[in-house]
Amino acid sequence: MSVTLEKVDLSLKYTAYYKQVKEELFEGSSDILNAQRSKAFQSFVMQGIPTRKNEDYKYTNLHPSFAPEFAFVHSRTDEEANLQEIFRCDVPQLNTTLAFVYNGWFSKKSSAIDQLPEGVILDSLENISKERPELLSKYASLANPDEDPMVAMNTAFAKDGFFLFVPKGVVLDKAIQIINLMKGSSDLLVTQRNYICVEEGAKLQLLLCDHSENLNNYLSNSVTEVFAGSNAEVEFYALQNQHNKATSIHSVFVEQQRDSRVTTHTASLHGGLIRNNLKFILNGENCEANMYGITFLDKKQHADNFTQVIHAKPHCVSNQVYKNVLDEQSTGAFSGRIHVVRDAQKTNAFQRNNNLLLTDQATMQTKPQLIIDADDVKCSHGATVGQIDEEALFYLRARGIDEDKARLMMMNAFAHEVIQEIKLEPLRERIDELVDKRLRGELARCHECSYGKDC
Amino acid sequence: MLSIKDLYVSVEGMEILKGINLEVKPGEVHAIMGPNGSGKSTLANVLAGKEEYEVTSGSVLFDGEDLLEKAPEDRAKDGLFLSFQYPVEIPGVPMVNFLKSAVNEHRKHKGEKELTAGEFLKLMREKMDMVDMHPNLTNRSVNEGFSGGEKKKNEIFQMALLEPRLAILDETDSGLDIDALKTVANGVNALRSPERSAIVVTHYQRLLDYIVPDFVHILYKGKIVKTAGKELALELEEKGYDWIKTDN
Repeated sequence: MSVTLEKVDLSLKYTAYYKQVKEELFEGSSDILNAQRSKAFQSFVMQGIPTRKNEDYKYTNLHPSFAPEFAFVHSRTDEEANLQEIFRCDVPQLNTTLAFVYNGWFSKKSSAIDQLPEGVILDSLENISKERPELLSKYASLANPDEDPMVAMNTAFAKDGFFLFVPKGVVLDKAIQIINLMKGSSDLLVTQRNYICVEEGAKLQLLLCDHSENLNNYLSNSVTEVFAGSNAEVEFYALQNQHNKATSIHSVFVEQQRDSRVTTHTASLHGGLIRNNLKFILNGENCEANMYGITFLDKKQHADNFTQVIHAKPHCVSNQVYKNVLDEQSTGAFSGRIHVVRDAQKTNAFQRNNNLLLTDQATMQTKPQLIIDADDVKCSHGATVGQIDEEALFYLRARGIDEDKARLMMMNAFAHEVIQEIKLEPLRERIDELVDKRLRGELARCHECSYGKDC
Repeated sequence: MLSIKDLYVSVEGMEILKGINLEVKPGEVHAIMGPNGSGKSTLANVLAGKEEYEVTSGSVLFDGEDLLEKAPEDRAKDGLFLSFQYPVEIPGVPMVNFLKSAVNEHRKHKGEKELTAGEFLKLMREKMDMVDMHPNLTNRSVNEGFSGGEKKKNEIFQMALLEPRLAILDETDSGLDIDALKTVANGVNALRSPERSAIVVTHYQRLLDYIVPDFVHILYKGKIVKTAGKELALELEEKGYDWIKTDN
């Protein structure tokens, strides 16, 4: 009973808040975004903040994350990036085209967008939806507010984020790195909406880094839609490296046209609560979709990777490998749904989830789900939850390698299978280092930061 | 060098070793033979420091120090080496990283400078030739996808790299063809010196044609029931273990 009450109370708090700031939300925002806003809000009112009773959120209770008194940022503030501080703090400094998003607002000023090849657009969603609404309406359609309360909330509140457009045939030789920075003097709830369109035959490597500059309660509810045109190639890396008071809810939707290849890598190194929704729709023949995830958890951290792949057309391949390393009292979840629709013959769909529990208190929930409505397909799924192989550990120790180091070698080995799939080489090396640092029990950020040890 | 006194060992409440006494002096090679289930592998594993074995009484001194209270890695660095009966596959841990770590841990322990990557590779190639290991194997993860014979050769290769003072070979000959057996034996013999000793656990006399022991012990039901020179192995080959069983 109390749970229901709490649900109502907390959801009411946010619906009341929406009504209160409605004018601010509509103000300065484009028609195209505002048109979705009211409908999405109704959808959020119907669904509320999900509890464990919501089947899709049964392993993740979001209520504690929404409990703090958050401030919102409903208009653009021009922040200066302290680059030195950011790169000192484990955001990989790579040879990329850098762009910044502050508290959900794209910063044109801080971003090196003049370096991009001609025709490539990287801009704020607010601008683009006003200046080039045709671009947005051509694509934006994947995230359905009625299917997920967090998408509904995002659509109701979002005013900005980034918009990235790579026109037909353009191959970006330099990766684009977007740093999402949370920065504020109080607890902050950030809503960010991103669109990525990679047209026919174009090629993109994109890296998103989440970072927070100080130790407030942060809640980020972001939605990213990715469109890969025919024969396009997209590598999408997300590096989640925040602190224990940060909640990150990231919903990514990907639509692929024929012969395209999209690979996502989600590296969750640090965060209080992380929920990653990832939904692929393979909407043309001969697509390849790869989804990789590596998550490290300790203390009372929680991470939930929720994936869905819809094989809507024949002759596509999807491949998922998600791994979790759970220490102390951390909890993790993986739900992977593969849906092969009727007539999507010759589908190859694979899914694997391996989990390493380092303590008796850590727990992992894993739920594969296959829905197959075609009859000539190859699908497989597998999940394991286990401890470090004691036999292997003894073998290493028997050669003179001390226990801590041997454990580290084993954990690195476990993670390596996923990390080696990162094609962006400097990133792979950097993540290898971060993982090694993380596994050594060091904070996955620098010691110069003013965070307490518990974060 | 190694002095085992009245050693009793249990596994999950079952007593496996029931009063082992064994003295290994520098330069000596001891063969331990015996029927299945007599406790040979238990002895080898207890010496290497495997945790699930419980020593209920007795003592083991290695160079005069209490071996049993040391961690497996410290025993290894002190110069004890176990060639595993079933070497485990460790996917994701590259052979080269593993071997380099092992060699450098040994060197640090001895107060020697750690080897650079280049120096290590040179050493590795040298030892690989010695045990006739295929160079491709070191590009893989530890023992991953190795055949039974390759795994055993890999054990001897590691032994050659680490140059232990006491090598314990736990049925290193099982599953080897005659050529591999000779290679393994050559590897062991190359290490023989007045300072180095070995304990060779085996079922068969065959290996002892190549690694000639100073003593042969028969382990039966957790005790050493007979000790003699190398001729005892030949006698066993001829008569089997039945006469031991009826006598004990």
